[in-house]
Amino acid sequence: MKTVIDAHNVSKTFNPDTIPILAVNNVHLHLERGEFTALVGPSGSGKTTLLNLLGGLDKPDKGSILINGKDITQLSPNALIDFRLHHIGFVFQSFNLIPVLTARENVELIMQLQHKKKEEIDERVLNLFREIGMEDKMDTRPAQLSGGQQQRVAVARALASKPQFVLADEPTANLDSKSATNLLDIMAKLNQEENITFIFSTHDARVIERARRVITLVDGQIHSDTARVPTDLPHEGEKPRN
Amino acid sequence: MWLLKLAWKNMWRNRNRTAITIAAVFFSVILSTLTNSLQDGIFENLIKNVVSFYNGYIQIHKKGYWEEQILDNTFENSSKLSNLISQHQNITAVAPRIESFALVSSDTLTKGCLVIGISPDLENSITQLENKLIEGEYLSENDPASLLSEGLANRLNLSLHDTLVIIGQGYHGAMAVGKYPIKGILKFGSPDLNDQTLYLSLSVAQELYSVQNMLTSYVIGLENPDYLNPTAEKVKSSLGSDYEVMTWEEMMPEVVQHIRTDKASLIIIQGVLYMLIGFGIIGTLLMMMVERKYEMGMLVAIGMKKGKLMQLMLIESVLTVFAGCVLGILASIPIVIYLNRFPIRFKGELAKVYEEFGFEAIFPTSTNPEIFLRQGLLVLVLALLLSLYPLLKIARLNPVTAMKK
Ligand SMILES: Nc1ncnc2c1ncn2[C@@H]1O[C@H](COP(=O)(O)OP(=O)(O)O)[C@@H](O)[C@H]1O
Ligand SMILES: [Mg+2]
Repeated sequence: MKTVIDAHNVSKTFNPDTIPILAVNNVHLHLERGEFTALVGPSGSGKTTLLNLLGGLDKPDKGSILINGKDITQLSPNALIDFRLHHIGFVFQSFNLIPVLTARENVELIMQLQHKKKEEIDERVLNLFREIGMEDKMDTRPAQLSGGQQQRVAVARALASKPQFVLADEPTANLDSKSATNLLDIMAKLNQEENITFIFSTHDARVIERARRVITLVDGQIHSDTARVPTDLPHEGEKPRN
Repeated sequence: MWLLKLAWKNMWRNRNRTAITIAAVFFSVILSTLTNSLQDGIFENLIKNVVSFYNGYIQIHKKGYWEEQILDNTFENSSKLSNLISQHQNITAVAPRIESFALVSSDTLTKGCLVIGISPDLENSITQLENKLIEGEYLSENDPASLLSEGLANRLNLSLHDTLVIIGQGYHGAMAVGKYPIKGILKFGSPDLNDQTLYLSLSVAQELYSVQNMLTSYVIGLENPDYLNPTAEKVKSSLGSDYEVMTWEEMMPEVVQHIRTDKASLIIIQGVLYMLIGFGIIGTLLMMMVERKYEMGMLVAIGMKKGKLMQLMLIESVLTVFAGCVLGILASIPIVIYLNRFPIRFKGELAKVYEEFGFEAIFPTSTNPEIFLRQGLLVLVLALLLSLYPLLKIARLNPVTAMKK
């Protein structure tokens, strides 16, 4: 197994000068290639902050975060942006897509930033839209897509750059339950079939059920970290997977 | 390429905002072009008026004449000399003159006056003297008659077809006496000229002053007054040190001063104008930054370098502002041309003041293409400078805070 994330002693305090909030408190975290991990915990427990630290969007006050063996806390701002581009996929809670670009162009964008060749982009983008089951919606603008469809396109975009892992902060929070399950199905499928590493935060019990590892945060600390067998029950409108 | 495409699409994402920016730039260019071309046009017109009063654009004298304007400081009129001058580019006409002060008398009154001997046709081609005729007829070559300015005629109690007597001192102290009928009455705007000028034809004046074939000056008309100084320089170097070549600016420093003062006050007006333009543009830029803060944060989060994002914003600004500038220039051309052909005309009191000074109370625009380019470029640069502000914001952008709702 290949180590993807190796975080040691990570702490983050907001407002250190006024009313300090210890949002992430001395967290150790080890993530292997191919994991499908849920980060759970009550609101304000530090899920978003931790994901931002792991994704290199924010810097910890203490500790080291090694991604693929590289300590991202030591990178310069520009190098960090470049690192994110090449190694980390992001899915945010909502408004992931650029409204003036079509679904396809949104996914292409990330590969264009990587200076990939047109043929490579075309092929990969088409494959990704097949994976998310939206070949017919490639040339649609985000405003014409449902919330669930937008999140699926966001997953495709996150994968387009061939990242080491995908971070998703409450990706289903704004979705109805059907779209939420559907999104999780797609993520789980990508995880199983393509060995894509996912780490996502959530409140949603049905989403937690799909995870193979559940890390619970309380007050910025890891309260529990358990492996589990995902319940992968078939549901409406979908055939059971073998 | 994809960046350009994205910029183009972004321009259309909020059509109203883009339209407002383009309109702000558009009207800015029109307004600043118009004020400038009006300003330049007014000064061009003023200069044309001043120059056609009397002095011409350039004069050539014997060296030292301007300091001491006496008949001893004359030079010989020769076609060789005048050809040498008129061969230069930009010179439309060379008119010979002999000028000196004398006393002029009617039966009962005597006044001092400036007697100017002219070649009627050449003079007219530069100073449009014939247009100033309010009574009688213009002189012809060798005409043994005089043209009298209106004020002087009144002061002497003379009218058309009366006879006047000139008494003065000619070349080397010779007596200068002559008797001439009044063939025409001239009206000048400038009170100075109107009260004391008298025109004779060149040969008649030379005879009066016993200066056969001598001149005090050549008056020069120009095709394009913009090249005043270069033309004067060229003439100067071709004539050598026996002559002095003077531009109207050197002969009338007070007019130059007046234009300078006026231009300075217009600069303030323009400054206010540019400030208004600036606020308009800043407003739309701020609107845009608020609207797109989240999206920009997200782009940086997923891996777009800030430099790239700045490029994107810059392309958008350049396209928008450039569109406004080009449209503004295109729209201002017909307006300026129209106001040049059909100039603004003042009426009433103000018009009277202008006419007092011999100016028509009209304000034509200048159609000098430089004005359009200069103003278009100025607004472009101003707008681009202002669009550095969003770039500064991007430089400081923190994706996490930018994406906080
Ligand atoms: N930018 C910030 N400034 C100050 N406090 C913050 C900031 N971001 C998060 N916090 C605080 O840190 C704690 C953890 O927040 P967060 O990571 O968003 O939790 P979660 O995502 O689990 O709801 C909360 O108490 C929150 O108020
Ligand atoms: Mg959160």
